[in-house]
Amino acid sequence: MKLTIQVNEGPYQHQSSDSAYFFAKAALEKGHEIFRVFFYHDGVNNGTRLTTPPQDDRNIVARWSELAQAHDLDMVLCVAAAQRRGIVDDGEAERNGKDATNIAPGFRISGLGQLVEGAIQSDRLVVFGD
Amino acid sequence: MSMLHLVNKSPYENGNLNRASSIMNAGDVLLLIEDAVYGAVKAGKASAMLDGCTVSVLGPDLAARGISEDKLADGVNVVDYAGFVELVEANDKVQSWL
Amino acid sequence: MSGATKKFLFINRKAPYGTIYAWESLEVVLIGAAFEQDVSLAFMDDGVYELVKGQDTAGIGMKNFSPTYSALGDYEITKIYVEKESLEERGLTLEDLQHLVWEDEDDDWAERDSIHLVSRAELGTVMAEQDVLFNF
Repeated sequence: MKLTIQVNEGPYQHQSSDSAYFFAKAALEKGHEIFRVFFYHDGVNNGTRLTTPPQDDRNIVARWSELAQAHDLDMVLCVAAAQRRGIVDDGEAERNGKDATNIAPGFRISGLGQLVEGAIQSDRLVVFGD
Repeated sequence: MSMLHLVNKSPYENGNLNRASSIMNAGDVLLLIEDAVYGAVKAGKASAMLDGCTVSVLGPDLAARGISEDKLADGVNVVDYAGFVELVEANDKVQSWL
Repeated sequence: MSGATKKFLFINRKAPYGTIYAWESLEVVLIGAAFEQDVSLAFMDDGVYELVKGQDTAGIGMKNFSPTYSALGDYEITKIYVEKESLEERGLTLEDLQHLVWEDEDDDWAERDSIHLVSRAELGTVMAEQDVLFNF
């Protein structure tokens, strides 16, 4: 089964990102393919490099980065949502005159078309949100 | 064609579980995750919404909230994340009631 | 891109302005139009409020995005399902909503209503007929 997963909420505030992560992990363990994980609305905040969660709690951002690396996942932050919420990569910093970048490893910023393409190319779209 | 209905909010917080359980067609499946698992507790009023529906709940979310499986409404099936994946596979599409 | 088109239903259940979901969901619909799938929209529960006429956001300092709904016809979106029970529960009628239309090129560009008022049960059937359900 080819899956596209959509995450609508940011880390810690809602359980959505956690649920999506464990779902993704289970799907990969069962041998399914994750076509894309698409982060929308506040979900783009899962892609910031700058979180410092307490030592005794899970590191949501790092967890996604590690999963992406281990399985070569395509994790996309919606560009419009990322611009609104201040998640920036080199390209965005240059285009929009920002003096810093903060995108976490394993994530890339791209357009909403990536979500639509995911829905077209995948067998299932699974949305985690509020 | 069958649908997997995903509900993640407590029925005592909003109407999503009510929505999902009342619009479900025969053959559809309801999966309660996150705070929605409270809806599966037999002693709670909301469990009446589940009558006539095929319902699963995510075990890890029950455990996190201190709900033991013996407290669940009759016929509710407990699954883990692997089971969640199986439900997605077994149904043609997923409706997330957000 | 592979094969046959898919039936996409964009489901709207949230009111505008109190949260961003209504607007950001519309942004997906607009971008999605370029992909030439069979797209429909559904408005139910508080989503019906998104279509209410006469929105004036000056006082809350937000962009009024409601005019975008009237452009949906130009994006070849001809099926906009609005749930009857959701309107009734909220004391609304079709008259309170924007009159959304599309132009039928197969009929000399005649203007047709995009909004289909459907019952809860009928909406369930519409949902069952889709390939992909979008929720925000």
